[in-house]
Amino acid sequence: MLRVDVQKQLGDFLLSAAFESQGRVTGLFGASGAGKTSLVNMIAGLLRPDRGTISIDGDTLDDTAKGVHVPAYRRHIGYVFQDARLFPHLNVLQNLDYGRRMNSLPDDPAQRKRVTELLDIGHLLNRRPGKLSGGERQRVALGRALLSKPRLLLLDEPLGSLDEGRRAEILPYLVRLRDEARIPMVYVSHDAAEMRQLATQIVMLRKGSVTSSGGVRVLATD
Amino acid sequence: MLDISPTEWTAIQLSLRVAIVATLVATPFGVALAWLLARREFWGKSVVDALVHLPLVLPPVVTGYLLLLTFGRRGAIGAFLADHLGIVFAFRWTGAALACGVMGFPLLVRPIRLSIEAVDRKLEQAAATLGAPPWRVFFSVTLPLSLSGVLSGMVLGFAKAIGEFGATITFVSNIPGETQTISSAIYSLIQTPDGDAAALRLVVVSIVIAVAALIGSEWFARRATQRLHGN
Repeated sequence: MLRVDVQKQLGDFLLSAAFESQGRVTGLFGASGAGKTSLVNMIAGLLRPDRGTISIDGDTLDDTAKGVHVPAYRRHIGYVFQDARLFPHLNVLQNLDYGRRMNSLPDDPAQRKRVTELLDIGHLLNRRPGKLSGGERQRVALGRALLSKPRLLLLDEPLGSLDEGRRAEILPYLVRLRDEARIPMVYVSHDAAEMRQLATQIVMLRKGSVTSSGGVRVLATD
Repeated sequence: MLDISPTEWTAIQLSLRVAIVATLVATPFGVALAWLLARREFWGKSVVDALVHLPLVLPPVVTGYLLLLTFGRRGAIGAFLADHLGIVFAFRWTGAALACGVMGFPLLVRPIRLSIEAVDRKLEQAAATLGAPPWRVFFSVTLPLSLSGVLSGMVLGFAKAIGEFGATITFVSNIPGETQTISSAIYSLIQTPDGDAAALRLVVVSIVIAVAALIGSEWFARRATQRLHGN
């Protein structure tokens, strides 16, 4: 279970959010500028809260009162960015393998096969990211995060940079991922329709604060 | 056409050896410093930045004299290195390499720093979320993506090293076969009656080396841009 209770001053914007996530997919919902990305960056360890705590399954990742801040590379939290961020100098296979190498995990061809099949990227393995379409890039980024064996997966508007058609193309993969991969996810979006399809629990964020949280039904009240 | 005499060959070979050693030894320091300047904020950063560029703006004879004072046989560092490690710089080709390395250092650091700054920090963040500690992020993402900048810095540093004159002759003098590089050989030849033809031959050789270095540098810079765009 992920517990977040943090405050962070960002310019003249105060992000002050507390929530617990239990479900398989926690949807972090709010308009752009609500502080969703900053919140997710704090969970990933890329941004340090001014005050507060973050813990996952009882394991403290941030506790400003005790001076605890686990660096991003020791958190085992996967992150799929809106802009994919594939390594341009590595091909798809090397990108997928990166997390495994950095964590010194043994080679696991069976797992790699499962993930490449789940995401339909087996035919892209020898390509460079520069030669991929936006949707393919996002699927590879998803696979890369999954193969680093994270205990939590953060997805920050992974469909945000794609057009309508591409979104419809990726969404089923995310649904499959939710139902098959058994990794808890935090899914960030400002699209209510996406949320209804994917999320099992919603945290609503407005101007840096959590306004409501609960089942997917809270989307209707907004 | 170019009838190069053995003495001239010695100077050319010495120049190449001095410049290659200077560049290879300076590069790891240059990369480390470039990374610090590009990616870290620390106290005294502007002073360090100024110090790196100092050999570019100081008269070379001043740099050479400062090297003589510090790395000479009686200099603070020179005496220590000679007594404890047996490394002598004064009036040796190694001293010429040191002088060339110092003079070429600003030119070496600059392109490396620029290419490290051009590496998208978001990629480094992505690497961290995949479990890479900072030093592995550097070797697996930052360095490969700025490699062409490193190579282009090395070419510029090499070109500077091979043409260095003022600091070298001040620090290690002009001893044929030991510290007489192409530049100091040309200088000696110009002072000698009938030395013009030999001097001109060495001039042609230095022009060829300099042009080759510049073309190489351009080529690496182009590669860097391509690499960052993922082709």
